[in-house]
Amino acid sequence: MSEKKVISGSDAVAQAVKLCKPKVLPMYPITPSTLIPEKLSEFIANGEMDAQLIHVESEHSAISALYGAYAAGVRTFTATASQGLALMHEIIPIVAGSRMPAVMVVANRALSGPLNIWNDHSDAMSERDQGWIQLYCEDVQEAFDTTIMAYKIAEKNNVLLPVMVCIDGFSLTHVYEPVIIEDQNKVDLFLPEYKPRHYLDPKNPKTFGAFAQPNTYFEFKEAEQEAMKEALKEIQNVHKEFATTFGREYGGGLIELINMQDAEYALVTVGGTTGTARMVLEELRKEGKKAGIIRIKSVRPFPKEEIIKATKKIKNLGVIDRHISIGSEGPLFTEIKATLKEENTKVAGFIAGLGGRDISREMIKKAFEIIEKGEEGVWLK
Amino acid sequence: MAILGLEEKEFFASGHRSCAGCGEALAIRHILKAAGEDTIIVMATGCMEVVSTPYPETAWELPWVHCAFENAAAVASGVKTALQTKGNTTTNVIAIGGDGAMFDIGFGSISGAVERGHKILYISTDNEAYQNTGIQRSGATFPFAATTTSPSGKVIPGKSQPKKPLPFIIAAHGAKYVATANVANLFDLKNKVQKALVTEGPSYISVFVPCIPGWKIDSSSTIDVSKMALETCAYPIYEIENGVLKLNHTPTEKKPIENYLKMQGRFKHITPEINAKIQQYVDERWKYLTESNGKKMFDTLF
Repeated sequence: MSEKKVISGSDAVAQAVKLCKPKVLPMYPITPSTLIPEKLSEFIANGEMDAQLIHVESEHSAISALYGAYAAGVRTFTATASQGLALMHEIIPIVAGSRMPAVMVVANRALSGPLNIWNDHSDAMSERDQGWIQLYCEDVQEAFDTTIMAYKIAEKNNVLLPVMVCIDGFSLTHVYEPVIIEDQNKVDLFLPEYKPRHYLDPKNPKTFGAFAQPNTYFEFKEAEQEAMKEALKEIQNVHKEFATTFGREYGGGLIELINMQDAEYALVTVGGTTGTARMVLEELRKEGKKAGIIRIKSVRPFPKEEIIKATKKIKNLGVIDRHISIGSEGPLFTEIKATLKEENTKVAGFIAGLGGRDISREMIKKAFEIIEKGEEGVWLK
Repeated sequence: MAILGLEEKEFFASGHRSCAGCGEALAIRHILKAAGEDTIIVMATGCMEVVSTPYPETAWELPWVHCAFENAAAVASGVKTALQTKGNTTTNVIAIGGDGAMFDIGFGSISGAVERGHKILYISTDNEAYQNTGIQRSGATFPFAATTTSPSGKVIPGKSQPKKPLPFIIAAHGAKYVATANVANLFDLKNKVQKALVTEGPSYISVFVPCIPGWKIDSSSTIDVSKMALETCAYPIYEIENGVLKLNHTPTEKKPIENYLKMQGRFKHITPEINAKIQQYVDERWKYLTESNGKKMFDTLF
């Protein structure tokens, strides 16, 4: 039986992970993702979960042990944040390049320099080119649901790419909300046992992680790019199946459109910022403003076609980035502009919320005003 | 060719691209023979990975996995744990890396994995430098050896530091079986691998493996240099079993270190003064080992 409980984002993720039955959990503590392995440790210690934790000595070894466990053919899980993800960086593209359908929750936190433990998207956004699907969540239920969907998407034979489920540090990991925890049997039907086609087996020896020279490396990357195109379809398919099975949905799985039917201008958001933007939008709508929101759930693969379609009638668009590609601009701003290069939409870029700076209603209101007027974007601080 | 007492079956296919006379390839071949077919090999980035797996070819007739340079031990802990969750407690898991991979960049990874107590055999094929990237100095480089980053200059005569005592460090973690071996004695290497594989918990072996281009030796001299390392005590072979040290080779007449140094281009700059310093270094270590022979050196934890 499913049950409704008021739990934290971290707890919700741990509950979802338990339902997905990964066998090996290499874990290393870091704020603010560490409540997830703590909860999973409790499940294992109490015999509620049949899995083995590996208490690795670093995040680098966490992702490495995860790689080893996938090579040996079992489903795994790990979680990290910020510096932890940065320390994993070297292995991040190897997991994707080796086509391992791993799932990792990233509790988004600013990267150091100076040290900061609060939320922004600089950790995950800095990994966006490395072959991982990136799905961002807005609330605790979505974090729970996306974790379950992530395994199914990753393990699709035409995808076989790892997934980062990105949840805002503190403002999702440590926030308590009512969550429907689904029934194990129902999840088992949705997500069958993991059965890899290739794994380390002395009875059928295979080589994993071979050395590719210029005559073959290129094709490996091309195959990953093709798999990402497949992922665009499979994210939607899995999302549809999830919606049918469990009765909840988040746009089509790629982007969520809020009041976009008649909108003349719109704001693009990612993650928890959307919640505040929804409230501002409600006020604007009451004032008769034709504003809307496009929430991007899937940052990788980047849903270009869906964004073009959603902005066909939009004159002015704004993008909030919680990360800055220093020396350039917000990366989502860059990508949205590139996506809309053939369209007549004017795009404004906003940098906000770096290092956990609150993104207030006033800031979002200001962003909407700038977008409406078709002016240049600013740093909201 | 079958050698009495060694497995005939090969798991490291010929045709790989290692140098003629490569000590590491020889060690790998016999490590695999000793381990047998119910074995998974996890390998760090290095010469062996490059020469044996140019996609789509492979020299490995055992399941083999490579991820990166510093994480063979961590990857192996993932492999081992995954096997356990499948109810497989018998397949051998061996993590192999060069000295750079194990003594230096993978030191944290191996230390963490040994501390966790996984039943994994870690092997460092020790050729005393980052040979794959072009002979750079590592923590395992022999003192005063010339490498491309510790060249013999007018002021500094090669590597200035002693060799990092990784086998002792691993033994100090509480591992029940730690050993050093040498490709000049393949029976000894075989026995050590087999002993390590039946040890409870983690085990570790350093294997002395000459590098033809790195040491600037002739491809026909691998075994001669290896034998001389034993006869001069430049690379003593021993076991630390349940914390007790046992020397496995004591030369009847310990030869002067000069005999070992003069065989190799990496020591061609050695003056009589430096030779005396190296002799002192070797003598001190040998004295320590002979005095420790048969004694309990470390507590075991696993």
